[in-house]
Amino acid sequence: MVGGNKIAVALSGITKRFPGVIANDQVDLELLEGEIHTLLGENGAGKSTLMNVLTGIYRPDAGTISIWGKAVQLENPKDAIEQGIGMVHQSFKLVPTHTVTENIVLGLGRGLAPVKIEEAQTKVAELSAQYGVKVDPAAYVWQLSIGEQQRVEILKILFRGAKILLLDEPTAVLTPQEADELFVTLRSMRAKGHSIVFISHKLDEVMAISDRVTVLRGGKNVGTVLVKDTNPQSLSNLMVGREIKFATFPRKEALGDPVLEVEGVHALNSRGLPALRDITFSVAAGEILGFAGVAGNGQQELAEVITGLLEPTAGSVRVNGVDMTRESARRFIDAGVSYVPADRHGVATVADMSLSHNFVLRRYREPKFAKGPFLNFAAAVGYARRLIKEFNISTPSHATPIRSLSGGNLQKVILAREMTTRHRLLVVMSATRGLDVGATEFVRETLNEHRHKGRAIVLISEDLEELLSLTNRIAVLFHGEIMGILDADKAEIASLGLMMAGQAQAEVA
Amino acid sequence: MEGSLLILVVPILQAAVRSGTPILFVCIGEIYAERSGILNVGLEGLMLVGAIAGFTAGFSAGNPVVGVFAAAIAGALFSLIHAYVTITLRADQIVSGLTLTILGTGISGFFGKPMIGQVGPGFDQIAIPGLSKIPVLGQVLFQQDAMVYLSFVLVPIAWWVMYKTHLGLSIRSVGENPATADSLGVSVTKVRYGCVLFGGAMAGLGGAYLSLAYTTMWIEQMSGGRGWITLALVIFAAWNPARAMLGAYLFGGADALQLRIQAVGIEIPTYFLMMLPYVLTIGILVLASRASLRRRIGAPAALALPYAREER
Repeated sequence: MVGGNKIAVALSGITKRFPGVIANDQVDLELLEGEIHTLLGENGAGKSTLMNVLTGIYRPDAGTISIWGKAVQLENPKDAIEQGIGMVHQSFKLVPTHTVTENIVLGLGRGLAPVKIEEAQTKVAELSAQYGVKVDPAAYVWQLSIGEQQRVEILKILFRGAKILLLDEPTAVLTPQEADELFVTLRSMRAKGHSIVFISHKLDEVMAISDRVTVLRGGKNVGTVLVKDTNPQSLSNLMVGREIKFATFPRKEALGDPVLEVEGVHALNSRGLPALRDITFSVAAGEILGFAGVAGNGQQELAEVITGLLEPTAGSVRVNGVDMTRESARRFIDAGVSYVPADRHGVATVADMSLSHNFVLRRYREPKFAKGPFLNFAAAVGYARRLIKEFNISTPSHATPIRSLSGGNLQKVILAREMTTRHRLLVVMSATRGLDVGATEFVRETLNEHRHKGRAIVLISEDLEELLSLTNRIAVLFHGEIMGILDADKAEIASLGLMMAGQAQAEVA
Repeated sequence: MEGSLLILVVPILQAAVRSGTPILFVCIGEIYAERSGILNVGLEGLMLVGAIAGFTAGFSAGNPVVGVFAAAIAGALFSLIHAYVTITLRADQIVSGLTLTILGTGISGFFGKPMIGQVGPGFDQIAIPGLSKIPVLGQVLFQQDAMVYLSFVLVPIAWWVMYKTHLGLSIRSVGENPATADSLGVSVTKVRYGCVLFGGAMAGLGGAYLSLAYTTMWIEQMSGGRGWITLALVIFAAWNPARAMLGAYLFGGADALQLRIQAVGIEIPTYFLMMLPYVLTIGILVLASRASLRRRIGAPAALALPYAREER
């Protein structure tokens, strides 16, 4: 339905440089009236930068923007709003302590003009009926699920009368069912003449929802195609520039003894609210147990409980058959538990410290790295050089501060540190999030290799494909409970999706 | 019996309002600053600057109203330092605030030298016709000076602006999530500058109350820790101007009570009594930090965090 003849947005020759990188290199893009246009590309391909140019957050170094045929200068977000452009960012721009309607009317009035909240609420309710976007206008944003918060973002844009909507990886945070609902909304917007830019790297979604696809690679537009003239494989080739395969890794047949046994664990989150309820599972040597679930359903707390960072309020955690429930993180490390956290900068590493210091962080007490109370710097540097080579980490030197590494290299540093110690259990959270295809492959292969060496691995991930290709079994977390544990080779995305939305395994089957 | 009790209590309540009013001014201003995300711990210095500016201007003009305006302007100008350092330069807000306190103490002491021992013009108590005849309440609330009445007007206005206008919504959003406000075209810088300057002006008024109404003279460091007490009071008030009024009078009451007990000559060492408002401050901080309470009345999420638009 590329029916709209009018060109809503025309970007031509957009170039945006950041120190050391060209994020957008002479990019052209045309968005038609009443079309859903996908911007496809790997992480770092320049999708978000391009959208930030179109919303006035970044100013391009070169190139022109025209909206409905008129050349415009977008100096700041306000200019973009006035041109009828609205964006749903990946991290929502909402004030949690305000109501839905307050969030929607923010910035629409000036000075001492009273906020006409009832009037606005009525209008919000009308809009949400019109476009099939279900949300309670009077609810506080902190009470809403992630999917509902996204709807508030969409309503915010519609309320401002925007005709051009940009959505930055909108489905990344949604369950498959919520994503379907979003697609219904997008289609009804298209039918009403809105133009939509949809950013994604999930090929099946791209095929399902878009009219045209523009692929970005290394900051350049490498092609715009009609969806009906293409297929996932050729899109993927365009995106990566080479053939990639979604291989299923071979499982290990003979599993060893259980390494981690968790029984009836309950735990509270940092705000003192229940985060885990009656969690029971075990992982054997040579096995990868996956944990699926929408972010915020207890994954963080689970990882912390089985690494000794969070003490459960009930239940028991045994490592190698030894009860560790009340032990410290230090004792977990000594027992051979390694941890690759989701927060790579905040939890996993010290950003201002060098690679070599970060490498010895968990081993500095060992005689190898210590001379009495002093660090053995020579040993630390030697160790760092070895790991940099083994894990193929690209860095100027072992003395470079961690903060200057790219996401993929940073993750390699963490994996190198956690996997090179004598460990029995590896807890990995969001192992490949934000990494490019090359780094992702490397991480997955490393995990697979360690499984075959007989380590037990707990892999917590939001990427269902990753879980299906890598794990032996997949447990699904919802509201802090395990909805069921499936064998990976028998699991289907659809049933996992239903469990992620809160249906127990029995109801799904 | 009842009558005699009232004779004891009414003057204390009346004094509580008088004693609470300077803190109330400062508190309303600081609530605005903190709601926008800027913590100003320089209130003590701002009050002193307001007190001396107000006294000097009022004394020179022979009119306390002139003093009030001068104090507000001086407070706003002095807080401009804090605004520039924390908003434009994005420096640490605590350090900047502490500097303001030290600087304010010094400046007020310097310019105050010639004023020591002078008696300036002050605000007299005015009984509001009608209202002041209400038993108890009339005496407590409506036999006060003009600045107390000014605070009565300011509190509801401050509350209404904060919760019912677009300006208030912008301020609250900037303090909770500046990136969101920015993305919707609200100028984070302008809102924060405005709130810090308003906070400075109000702290100036609080200082002026001390030198033009509470007393009619200038005494070095006459703010006596009220700036610090206000910081605790903002938390007690849960960043709500209406609750600030209640809190201010509570502190005022502790202060008034302390003076009365001393005057009556009850055998408690003076120093213990003088501690009373400060002990109350600590108590309130302990209460407010309890996790369960904090969840409900949380501080603005972006409080004390500088904001820079995302750039790589």
